[in-house]
Amino acid sequence: MTLVLRMIAQRLALGLLTLFVVSLIIFGATELLPGDFAEAVLGQAATPETVAAIRRELGLDQPFYIRYVDWLWGAVQFDFGSSLAQRGRPVADMILGRLGNTLFLALYAAAMAVPLALMLGILAALWRNSLFDRVTNSSALSAISFPEFFVAYILIYILAQGGWFPSMARMPASADLGEKLYRSFLPALTLTLVVTAHMMRMTRAAIINLLSSPYIEMARLKGMRPSRVIVHHALPNAIAPIVNVVAINLAYLITGVVVVEVVFVYPGLGQLMVDSVSRRDIPVVQAVALIFAAAYVLLNLTADVISTLSNPRLMYRK
Amino acid sequence: MGFLVFLFWACVTLAAAIALAWGFRKLAAAVTKGEMHRALRDAPLTASFGMMVIAIYLIVAILAPVIAPYPERMIVSTQFQPWTAEHWLGTDALGRDMFSRMVYGTRNTVGIAFATTALAFLIGSVLGLLAATVGGWLDQGLSRLVDVFMAIPSLIFALLLLTIFGTSILTLILVIAVIDSTRVFRLSRAVTEGVVVMDYVEAARLRGEGLVYLITREILPNVTAPLVAEFGLRFCFVFLAISALSFLGLGIQPPTADWGSMVRENATLITFGDITPLLPAGAIALLTVAVNFVVDWQLYRASGLKE
Repeated sequence: MTLVLRMIAQRLALGLLTLFVVSLIIFGATELLPGDFAEAVLGQAATPETVAAIRRELGLDQPFYIRYVDWLWGAVQFDFGSSLAQRGRPVADMILGRLGNTLFLALYAAAMAVPLALMLGILAALWRNSLFDRVTNSSALSAISFPEFFVAYILIYILAQGGWFPSMARMPASADLGEKLYRSFLPALTLTLVVTAHMMRMTRAAIINLLSSPYIEMARLKGMRPSRVIVHHALPNAIAPIVNVVAINLAYLITGVVVVEVVFVYPGLGQLMVDSVSRRDIPVVQAVALIFAAAYVLLNLTADVISTLSNPRLMYRK
Repeated sequence: MGFLVFLFWACVTLAAAIALAWGFRKLAAAVTKGEMHRALRDAPLTASFGMMVIAIYLIVAILAPVIAPYPERMIVSTQFQPWTAEHWLGTDALGRDMFSRMVYGTRNTVGIAFATTALAFLIGSVLGLLAATVGGWLDQGLSRLVDVFMAIPSLIFALLLLTIFGTSILTLILVIAVIDSTRVFRLSRAVTEGVVVMDYVEAARLRGEGLVYLITREILPNVTAPLVAEFGLRFCFVFLAISALSFLGLGIQPPTADWGSMVRENATLITFGDITPLLPAGAIALLTVAVNFVVDWQLYRASGLKE
């Protein structure tokens, strides 16, 4: 048991280290800016005096490491400074409500995608080379090749035009859960379709890989029932690859959510980020990028820990 | 009702695609000889469909000014005209001819994506080959750097860099190329590591051959096949990433005709039941599917599986 705890502590420490370096990149990237922040804010109106004033106001006259430590210390307490485009408005305020919306959308999509993808993937692997396998596989390959906004607009064309579902996912705060689920159905469905395709193909590959291993062949040769081979021999060992597949694809949701939120005018973090990029509102972009990157690192970390737990051999890996 | 109509057209398109692919395979096999002839004759229908689509895109991109009835940026009519004999696909939000912009979009969108992929490949594979061949601190340094870059989701990283450097075609190409070169680096380093330990490379080292000779004459010929397949896949990713950014309004900027931003500009039409804005998005999807089909076939051929 102590071994397990030590492994988890090790992974957590590694994850924290990664996050620290990532935050260094996200913050340090602004140093690459030709000129600096202050000139970027003022644009044409930059005179030496105003630039100097803004620099002092934003603390840009401090050396890099002091500003970085300040920013990081603030970020840990969920304080990301104030927005440049809407002067004086705290970034944390802009993010807070939207973070909840984005999480809701991602969980909604995941709740639909994970069971669907695992079922399709396992069935396709079991009935390999059947008509079912060929049809699901080639539709998955096509779905992967589609840009997210293509899938989104096809769904709007088919489902929103008839008035079945709203094509604009406005989310009034007063809406109850059922109303929210109904309003955000199309964005969630878009994400589900895109993620399911990836997840299904990877599940299929993982299961096929597993079914070709010698102990499965041995169990079959002993004359065991196929259902027992699957449930008792294949499934326990399939947990690690499947968890990995799920985590990788949930991480993929993070980038998918940006485009989908813009298509459906969904009030989430992705849309905030895109708006801030075109306004060059650097503190907001930094904050959102840090949140997305943290979620990404965390998901990969979870996958790593769970797959190590399900396969003790990995624990003694050098 | 809308769904049934959609299903009907999907079936018709599928049938037409199969027929065209079959015809293209016959034609391609008829005009080629020897090894090439055998490969093309035995290509699966999906692969010949992919090659046909790529060939059509190439022709359209090269001959764009000849094919397009109107110039790329000229306002020729009022906005949002329906499909007529004069304007085959109607006009867009500013009154420019949609069909002409689709044709020019082939050149712009595909050309920029291709240039970006080539650049990403140049950076990634050169560094990957060097890291695996030289080893030591160079390998360690580059690999750890790439690890950190890959810990940030690529679209998010691209958005961050575009905020800092602003949005222009040149920064777009550079940003996406650098981000994607990390993926190319991973692959080329892994493939090269398998080759570097071979006896013939060791023998060449003992002969006292230089680094350039080792890489170009001994290693490169043995890692080309996986790298070429990777180029196809990478192109798909880069193409989708650039289209997504253009769709978000942060990639290729107007008035340059580009499929991603064309979808964005005309998206309102979809809610009125007009499928015109879906066409550029469909053009992106079609090319990605086509490249995927061809890559699949090449990987299958290279792996020598005969199942």
